[in-house]
Amino acid sequence: MLQAEPAARPLCGGTDLLVGLRKGTLRPPLVVDLKRVAELAPAIEQRDRVLRVSATIVLTQLIADERARAHFPALVEAALVVGSIQIRNRATLAGNMCNASPAADTAPPLLVYGAVLELAGLAGRRRVPLAEFFTGPGRTVLAPAELVTAVELPLPSEPLGAVFGRMTRRRGVDLATVNLCCSVSRSGVTRFAYGAVGPRSFLVSDETGTLADETAEPAKQEEVLRRLTAEASPISNVRASAEYRQQMLLVLSRRALDTARRRLAEVADAG
Amino acid sequence: MPANVLAVGLVVNGRRHELEVSVGQTLLDALRDELGLTGSKECCAEGECGACTLLIDGQAVNSCLVLAVEADGRQIATIEGLADGDRLSPIQDAFLAQGAVQCGFCIPGMVMSAHYLLSHTPQPSAAEIREGLSGNLCRCGGYNQICSAVAAVASGEAALEHEE
Repeated sequence: MLQAEPAARPLCGGTDLLVGLRKGTLRPPLVVDLKRVAELAPAIEQRDRVLRVSATIVLTQLIADERARAHFPALVEAALVVGSIQIRNRATLAGNMCNASPAADTAPPLLVYGAVLELAGLAGRRRVPLAEFFTGPGRTVLAPAELVTAVELPLPSEPLGAVFGRMTRRRGVDLATVNLCCSVSRSGVTRFAYGAVGPRSFLVSDETGTLADETAEPAKQEEVLRRLTAEASPISNVRASAEYRQQMLLVLSRRALDTARRRLAEVADAG
Repeated sequence: MPANVLAVGLVVNGRRHELEVSVGQTLLDALRDELGLTGSKECCAEGECGACTLLIDGQAVNSCLVLAVEADGRQIATIEGLADGDRLSPIQDAFLAQGAVQCGFCIPGMVMSAHYLLSHTPQPSAAEIREGLSGNLCRCGGYNQICSAVAAVASGEAALEHEE
């Protein structure tokens, strides 16, 4: 079907696609409902040390999954603030990536956790790290007629403290002005993924151990945080100015770092 | 049948319906225009306001963002299915008793979200009620009465009033 009509649009939750269809901003010649494809049946499976989330899994199912909650708590935190309950009952994790909104809330934690997307297309199957998937706002490396069939989440190989954070204009249902995920690992690697502060969500890291070390000199930590957040290239739009986003990114980064370090300590205590 | 029309079978409030729908028709439009079930409302048409909330296989969704063809073979529950004849459901009764209904436009969606919340969380806290209804907007601003109505159902107060 996709071979005959490569411009066809796959449909899963439809919470973005239907808005585009109804507004007329998207006019695909054909829409293919992936929920009817047997191979893509909703499933979250653990194989070896990878949690595989099939393309039709909706956010509500991900949030309820014990393995996701145990190993990827920051992803569950992000999934909990996507849209409304009605949206989360319909919207899929894979679809959230394919839509490639720079403000997608699940993108930063997926980047921090090293998610890999499983793709299938006319040329066969391939696996693409999420960090290489987005090419710009609404744009990805997906070829015509190529689909994301699953999101693979490698289980963390060492204890990790991670947190999702975001800033919105109001409480409740809103798109992020800035969102981020921070993780600190026992071996001292700190990773940040930032959203809504550039054309795509992106990952930065500090492998020197400066940020992971609570006893490190505050001025040094601040210097590293400023260097990492300087990677952002926010724009001004209806939700905030570029300058405000850049400032808030630094504030949110400090807070997220504190929480991630505290969570790592809790994991270590429990272990 | 024209190429852009498909046959779908839906079970709506327990009754089976066979329909021919246009491929681009939303579930909301099919229910309203083909089946005359006009309780579910269209407002924002982009999944923000919740006026079109109904349940598909027990899950609350925005029916303005679901194609009728996607619902083929599914169980749909709409606001029309809550009352038993002239006897309103406890949630509907509580909305009236608490003065939660002003212009009324958002109310079917609010009631369906409340129904979904209480089906999962029979004794929600005040915070859980607010969270459970956060996908539904009321432009009259009657949120306090709406939340009170849901709390009254949960505490059993509404059932007592119904008995009287």
